[in-house]
Amino acid sequence: MKKRWMFSALSLLLAASLGLTGCGSSSQTPDASKPQENAQPAESGKPAQDTLIVGRGGDSAALDPAVVTDGESIKITQQVFDTLLDYKPGTTDVEPSLAESWEMSEDGLKYTFKLRQGVKFHDGTDFNADAVVHNFNRWLAGDKSQFYYFVSAFGTAEDRVIKEVKAIDANTVEFTLNKTQAPFLRNLAMPAFGIASPKALEEKGEKFKEEPVGTGAFVFKEWKRNDSITLEKNPNYWNEGFPKVNKVIVRSIPENSARFTALQAGELDLIEGVNPDDLAALEGNADLQKFVRPAFNVGYLGFNAKKPPFDNPKVRVALSHAVNKEALISAFYGGLAEPAKNPMPPSLFGYNDAIEDYPYDLEKAKALLAEAGYPNGIEEELVFYAMPVARPYMPDGKKVAEALQAEFAKIGVKTKIESPEWAVYLEDAKKGEKDHIFMLGWTGDNGDADNFLFTLLSKDTIGSNNYSQWAHDEYSKLVAEAQGELDEAKRIDLYKKAQEIFKQEAPWVPLVHSTPLLAGRANVKGYVPSPTGSESYEAVYFE
Amino acid sequence: MVSYIIRRLLMLIPVLIGMSIIVFSIIHAIPGDPAETILGDKATEESKEALREELGLNDPVHVQYLNYMTRLLQGDLGNSIRTNVPISEEIGPYLAATLELTLVSMAIAVFVGVNAGIISAWKQNSWFDYTSMIFALVGVSMPIFWLGLMEQWIFALELKWLPSLGRMNARDPVEAVTHLYIIDALIAGRPDQAWTVIKHLILPGIALGTIPMAIIARMTRSSMLEVMRSDYIRTARAKGLNQLPVVYKHAFKNALIPVVTVIGLQTGLLLGGAVLTETIFAWPGVGRYIFEAISFRDYPVIQSGILVIAVIFVLINLIVDLLYALIDPRINYR
Repeated sequence: MKKRWMFSALSLLLAASLGLTGCGSSSQTPDASKPQENAQPAESGKPAQDTLIVGRGGDSAALDPAVVTDGESIKITQQVFDTLLDYKPGTTDVEPSLAESWEMSEDGLKYTFKLRQGVKFHDGTDFNADAVVHNFNRWLAGDKSQFYYFVSAFGTAEDRVIKEVKAIDANTVEFTLNKTQAPFLRNLAMPAFGIASPKALEEKGEKFKEEPVGTGAFVFKEWKRNDSITLEKNPNYWNEGFPKVNKVIVRSIPENSARFTALQAGELDLIEGVNPDDLAALEGNADLQKFVRPAFNVGYLGFNAKKPPFDNPKVRVALSHAVNKEALISAFYGGLAEPAKNPMPPSLFGYNDAIEDYPYDLEKAKALLAEAGYPNGIEEELVFYAMPVARPYMPDGKKVAEALQAEFAKIGVKTKIESPEWAVYLEDAKKGEKDHIFMLGWTGDNGDADNFLFTLLSKDTIGSNNYSQWAHDEYSKLVAEAQGELDEAKRIDLYKKAQEIFKQEAPWVPLVHSTPLLAGRANVKGYVPSPTGSESYEAVYFE
Repeated sequence: MVSYIIRRLLMLIPVLIGMSIIVFSIIHAIPGDPAETILGDKATEESKEALREELGLNDPVHVQYLNYMTRLLQGDLGNSIRTNVPISEEIGPYLAATLELTLVSMAIAVFVGVNAGIISAWKQNSWFDYTSMIFALVGVSMPIFWLGLMEQWIFALELKWLPSLGRMNARDPVEAVTHLYIIDALIAGRPDQAWTVIKHLILPGIALGTIPMAIIARMTRSSMLEVMRSDYIRTARAKGLNQLPVVYKHAFKNALIPVVTVIGLQTGLLLGGAVLTETIFAWPGVGRYIFEAISFRDYPVIQSGILVIAVIFVLINLIVDLLYALIDPRINYR
């Protein structure tokens, strides 16, 4: 008896080792062309068409949108809470949500919102103007360590955009501002400003961040830490006909390839964070479909404009000609990125598509260097800071730096790659004393061009986010003006001009806008990934 | 015997203190600023400073250690930086998940390993002996990470026999009471779910159990061979006693001491291997808990997690020592 057991165990081992020998010759990806009849997991008898199971890389930290700063938390709060305004699916354009309509006063200092009527929180209490006021007063009373996004969007207590939030009647809320803010409506649409049930906030206290109560499409049900979060359909959801599925289970599965295997086996319906290596298997499998998140970031190569030789724009332009973006994308991004020509992604309003990028042309680069006074290249060995950590816009900084180093050598620019620890890296780049060239990137916070063009490149942000130390008066004037400009058309115009100056001056070489890869079962419909990294599952259904 | 146990327990105190110092200093050698990790690249210097102050990261390391130990002695493992929930509240379900997995892996490892070892020794130089020892060699050198992914590919994706990750059917969960899901499913009166839970345990159980299985098999074999050569076994065999009882009863009992030692050590080591296995199989155990904490520089969780594992390791060693006494009365306790 014992013997038979042992043999079965040994044959299991044998099977595993057969996989080992097979692996040497063929790739690890399973035969994707083979039809798979049994797509459902072995354990569920009938097709589960009313439950959406999502797989992602990590767990949430907390579920109160106002206090969290990580994307994994926002992904859940997005389902449970509604904001006054929302982004149209797949874009960062503002649309009504809990506020049906709004008006702005002439001077731009008063906004009046008409709220949707008959909306209820998951705990059965009414959503109304008082609830909105309660939430904003809660945030206004806190500081940055409590409500990070509120303070970064609307300023600290000393320098705040929002002066007062008042209920005019049960369904009307009036915001009074201290100063105009062009991205004000876009800011309000950030998931961090989800409206919570005042009753639940009061009753649950500290527990609220584990048992959130909003008005959203899904009701929070259960949280098994590091395992899964279960959400159920909100039967009283104000958006008639939604959500389409009865239940959403979001599971944390750290290993990318394990997640992909589970998707193929039918244990998951939708996954994030697909390895670029798995793209071929994904595209070759008729049971699966590919989703691509619109680009919302920029990865760039920055020149330290306060140090020679990069104080000379001609040198910066010369090096711009020595960067082959397409080659970088196919070598290091698995093709999952678009080449960047502007310092902000094309999905943002104000993007200047008329800009022409510097073509990859080493002869041109040499000629420009000669014009700038370096006919034989640059004598000094330049310090090239390569990112020591992976980011969506820069999967492997050191390798990208090595590729660029080889290109620069071809035009007579010698570089020495340094890659200090991340905290040191950021500090050094901020000061701009040690590096000549560095690499960095940025993911948008709020869907506004200001968040890229002002934050990263204005001379006012040298010492914080303007790591290239580039102080250009006219550019800085344009983006500062755009910040306070409320006329959309004029703003767009200002941003387009700013991008022209950026291109001529070339303080950076914008490298890529990376597009994260997602995958789902073929029967998942109605799913639209958002550029911001989190989207509602309310429109998702099965076919 | 009782005084032996008490002495053995008292000896744990310096061991545990030493361990806590080591864990504490290693954790403070991890590069990277936790304040930066928590608040993100975009945080201002002031807010990071405020957070460091709040977390006590600005105190000298020895002060931080003393504070930590004082709280620890009051049963306070500290709060997780990331979730701000007391770790003593949070860690329970993770421990249960790891316990369930470890028990199953160890059961597989001991059962297969011991029997393979005994039979190999009994039928020395047979084809069985050669094959199982080759497997033991492969098993010892098999990377858990790779083995786990292969299992998922073959048994979940290709053959569709077993689920590839998680602890139970996510679409139809059972309420957690003890957090040992087999028991929870039975409490809920759902034998079908208990079976599903068992199926979820098989692949990670094998992944985690393979190395100890191989080591136990080799240890059992060599220990058995030594005993089998002794006179009393030869006598027993010569008397015409049935082969199997001789091997399992007489010989194995005397070969048991080194085997128990190895089993004990391997059980402790399993807890370390659990980090990898739990990551691949999305198993929400202590390994995952520590893994996630490391990526968020959640110092208190890393500290407490490792400390808890270390305490379990020490306790297992204690149990092994006590077991010797039961197995072999010749062992002297003074």
